Amino acid sequence: MTGNLAVLPTRSEEDFRYADLAALAPLWPVTEQRIVVPAGETGSVTVIHSGSDALVRDIAIDLGAGAQFSLYVLSAGEASGRIAVRVILQAGAQFHLGAAQLAGGDATAEIVTRVVHAAPGAVSRQVVRSVAAGRGTVNYLGKVLVEKGADGTDGAQSVRAMLLDRTATANARPELEIHADDVKCAHGCAVGELDAGALFYMAQRGLPPEIAKRLMLQAFVAEALAGAQNEAVLQDQARAALEALL
Amino acid sequence: MLIIDNLHAAVADKPILKGLSLTINAGEIHAIMGPNGAGKSTLGYVLGGRPGYEVTGGTVTFQGQDLLAHEPHERAAMGLFLGFQYPVEIPGVSFVQFLRESLNAQRRSRGEEPLSGGEFLKLAREKAALLKLDMDMLKRPVNVGFSGGEKKRAEMVQMGILDPTLAILDETDSGLDIDALRIVGDGINAVMRRADKAVLLITHYQRLLDYVKPDFVHVLAGGRIVRTGGPELALELEERGYEDVAA
Repeated sequence: MTGNLAVLPTRSEEDFRYADLAALAPLWPVTEQRIVVPAGETGSVTVIHSGSDALVRDIAIDLGAGAQFSLYVLSAGEASGRIAVRVILQAGAQFHLGAAQLAGGDATAEIVTRVVHAAPGAVSRQVVRSVAAGRGTVNYLGKVLVEKGADGTDGAQSVRAMLLDRTATANARPELEIHADDVKCAHGCAVGELDAGALFYMAQRGLPPEIAKRLMLQAFVAEALAGAQNEAVLQDQARAALEALL
Repeated sequence: MLIIDNLHAAVADKPILKGLSLTINAGEIHAIMGPNGAGKSTLGYVLGGRPGYEVTGGTVTFQGQDLLAHEPHERAAMGLFLGFQYPVEIPGVSFVQFLRESLNAQRRSRGEEPLSGGEFLKLAREKAALLKLDMDMLKRPVNVGFSGGEKKRAEMVQMGILDPTLAILDETDSGLDIDALRIVGDGINAVMRRADKAVLLITHYQRLLDYVKPDFVHVLAGGRIVRTGGPELALELEERGYEDVAA
């Protein structure tokens, strides 16, 4: 991913492989939003995509030494949405991404991240929980790049997607590129349906399947938004968006 | 209360239950014992209605109704509780929320008023105390981070809250130390030993039966009940082993 892209890329571009280009075209080119968090300072941003308009965001975040930043995303538009995030972490900086994506209808919700550990001892966490229904598509394309000399890096990507219908799609591509030593990088990625064993357990206690399913999905999505500053409001919005998919 | 007649069931096309018959009347406690692979857990799952456990023959009548015609959640509302051998963890869903929703779903389907938050918490607190389970544990996600013994005690707390007519308890004694076994045994007696209720204990060992005295003991082998007796049969099994007694 390079800086501002004047021309909308095609699907041959890796980071646009699963994008809804038709929805992005009218919004292109997109202006980069730049966030600089000076050394030792903290910051937080929440991005919410809702309603019937498509959304494209391109966010570049520079974190100084020891800076801390958290980005929360609730992507639940009726139209497609794409949020691209580039983060550069200096020594000891901390970055947290918590993202919930809910896509139904024909919408594509996608998050594309590039997290660069440029100096030693930085920590990055990405927690992405996605739910797709109907012919909806949810994408996560995330790269963690650990540059030479960024020893002691701790980077984790936890990406899970649930498909509510056989016609829904999830694409997940967590990537690691490591050029340093003594690095702890974990990535977990799973696409699936709700745990049948848990559904039976809940049914056996008297919960009708639709309520059991709803409880499990609410918990699944809530995990991504845990710890957000405006968490209660965000969780309410996420629950409402989920309700619309069920 | 429960009449199982010539029940046949298969899992992944493999026959497990092969003509099992058993009648349980109100006020009775039955124990089913048997070697590994005899079909004990399958019986519990079939009665609970677990997907993948296919009934290939026979009938099950519960409270005068065709049990097998009902969905798992409907069976629960009819008063059937299945205590799991391996209780399932459900991240992000608290016990309190889960149980209140479950109980109220059961109540609604029986035409009863749902319990308010306050009423439910009072009930949950009472049942947790009975099983000596810290109420704070019920505020945590369902079974997540619980030890084996805590999960089994939590199962019994759930049974106390849901107040079933028939409890089928699948190896509720496994994973329990001696003290926990006594607490769980006392809990089963307190909740279920009543003239209008019944219990089916599925177990490998005699030790739970020291605390929950069965009226009948059955030996399950090869998918059928091969012997029935009183509590003395459990002692005989403990002494002589299944192979000898079931033969």
